[in-house]
Amino acid sequence: MLEAILLTVITAATPLVIAALGELVTERSGVLNLGVEGMMIMGAVVAFVATQTTGSPYIGVVAGITAGAAFSLLFGFLTLTLVANQVATGLALTILGLGLSGQIGESYVGQPGIKLQPINIPILGDIPFLGPLLFRQDLIFYLSIALVIGIHWFLFRSRTGLKMRAIGDNHSSAHALGINVIRTRYLAVMFGGACSGLAGAQLSLVYTPQWVENMAAGRGWIALALVVFASWRPLRVLAGGYLFGAVTIGQLHAQAFGIGIPSQFLSALPYVATIVVLIIISHNRRTTLINTPASLGKPFVPER
Amino acid sequence: MRIELQRRSQSSRLFSFVSPLLALVLTLFFGGIMFWMLGKQPLDALYSFFVEPLLEVWSLHELAVKAAPLILIGVGLSICYRSNNWNIGAEGQFTIGAITGSILPVLYPEWHSPMILPLMLVMGMVGGALYAGIPALLKTRFNTNEILTSLMLVYIAQLYLDWLVRGPWRDPQGYNFPQTKSFVPEAVLPEILESGRAHLAIAFALVAAVALWFMMRFMLKGFEVTVLGQSERAGRFAGFSARRMVWFSMMLSGALAGLAGISEVSGSIGHVQPTISPGYGFTAIIVAFLGRLNPLGIIASGFVLALTYLGGEAAQLSIGISDKVSRVFQGLLLFFVLSCDTLIHYRIRIVTQKLRGGAAHHA
Repeated sequence: MLEAILLTVITAATPLVIAALGELVTERSGVLNLGVEGMMIMGAVVAFVATQTTGSPYIGVVAGITAGAAFSLLFGFLTLTLVANQVATGLALTILGLGLSGQIGESYVGQPGIKLQPINIPILGDIPFLGPLLFRQDLIFYLSIALVIGIHWFLFRSRTGLKMRAIGDNHSSAHALGINVIRTRYLAVMFGGACSGLAGAQLSLVYTPQWVENMAAGRGWIALALVVFASWRPLRVLAGGYLFGAVTIGQLHAQAFGIGIPSQFLSALPYVATIVVLIIISHNRRTTLINTPASLGKPFVPER
Repeated sequence: MRIELQRRSQSSRLFSFVSPLLALVLTLFFGGIMFWMLGKQPLDALYSFFVEPLLEVWSLHELAVKAAPLILIGVGLSICYRSNNWNIGAEGQFTIGAITGSILPVLYPEWHSPMILPLMLVMGMVGGALYAGIPALLKTRFNTNEILTSLMLVYIAQLYLDWLVRGPWRDPQGYNFPQTKSFVPEAVLPEILESGRAHLAIAFALVAAVALWFMMRFMLKGFEVTVLGQSERAGRFAGFSARRMVWFSMMLSGALAGLAGISEVSGSIGHVQPTISPGYGFTAIIVAFLGRLNPLGIIASGFVLALTYLGGEAAQLSIGISDKVSRVFQGLLLFFVLSCDTLIHYRIRIVTQKLRGGAAHHA
């Protein structure tokens, strides 16, 4: 019983963790991309369509990642090359993504999908309790864990990561030091897009293997809140993601048991939790100021 | 080949008029390509999408019905965005305004009085303003990001509405449909002309737009909005309070979204039901930007975006294209508006040959 519940928590948390990790990298480079929801839903629909056409969910995963990255490039071109307002452009990405995905997926509504099957890791998978939870999972779960560790290493142990954080904290100084601000930011934005696309693929290939319009249901926005919650640190994203996964699954179970609270109030819990968490994290102005990448959301035009 | 930007010493007056039009043309062009890819005749499709709805009296009325909430919400949002407060939860404020405005006709269905309609409108505005007050409170008191909180509140408002109309507010004689009793005639927003459905909301929208244009152009408050939005520091030196501006702009836009909500329910629907808006609160963001955050421009852009809704419905009927196309159009339009706005502040040069090494050091 507990094992089954924890498994669903992991499935619910994985897309949040992946999307938030991608956005974390983007924001560490100083770019605020509010289009996570849009990139996620594009990843979900493209992954689903690719899987249905080819019959292989692995091709679906690759397609989802590619779609997210390609879609983020639109955002990159507008905000980095044309220095458009990042907040507005991110919103545009979300609005366009929701419309486009509905259009692309229209004829796929109601089709039974193909689920991404778990990969059993020999020996480790036989450990009682932990084995089924951690070592008999699907590819995307393993990727999420690898991403947490990889991004932590990249940001705090690698030279390129250091340069990227420098750009996020002060793009003019970084530019003066000869670091290519725009190119790095393009890569960071595309990495964020790829992660959002992967998170979307998880939704339409693992979480509920089918295409439903607007199936991201605000998860992209929750992922954005998670980045703030995690004060831009990958390991905390993991913790926060699982906390939100637990809230989501907890309210679903509460609905199933019918504990006398209207289902709508329970469905609102993840959104209420997001607000509460934001309040707790943000109310200390000083720590927020220290943790936030200093040039986050500010436009940069190289002088020449 | 790459694109290089050069800041203009002054923003271009020419391009501040041309850029929204250019964005429209580009949207139509890419929309045509999209129709072509869907296997339709692009020109025919564009015609039935953007021209046909303008040819009949009843559909002009529909245009006004749909433009009204977009303009009301859009002008409120323009004040927010000008002052650098990013309220993107207008859809939620619209929903709550519709709910608080409907309290009287739903709970006192026997009350026939000319008083009821003005009371409903005021209560709708108060509801919307208070709901927008939540992110304002959280931003001023706890330093919380208003983008995320206002958006989360949209989901919460929609779930609350859903619970209300399926639970305590459901009409017991309604054959189990999730909706309230129909409003009494006194609680219905009157139509403005004999010839069709357009009701008073469009008049509210025009009045609000002109009033806010006047405020931004001629009143100290408008100056305060602009200064604080461009530089909080400069605003502080002028004695303006950024904190009070958060409250002012959020509650103003919340009140207008609430007014739009109750007008929609009272004028267009006639009862409360689980879905009361095809995303007006989000589309109004596009309206605000297409109108270049200028209340008079927003009147025009409100009608343009209303046309995308109508066109979607028309195209679905006449050429069998899904009405989801209108969302795509709206998204494309916002993209092109934002990219064309670059032309206002920057000169764009396309550099074909590579710069020689060291050239970057010259001013």
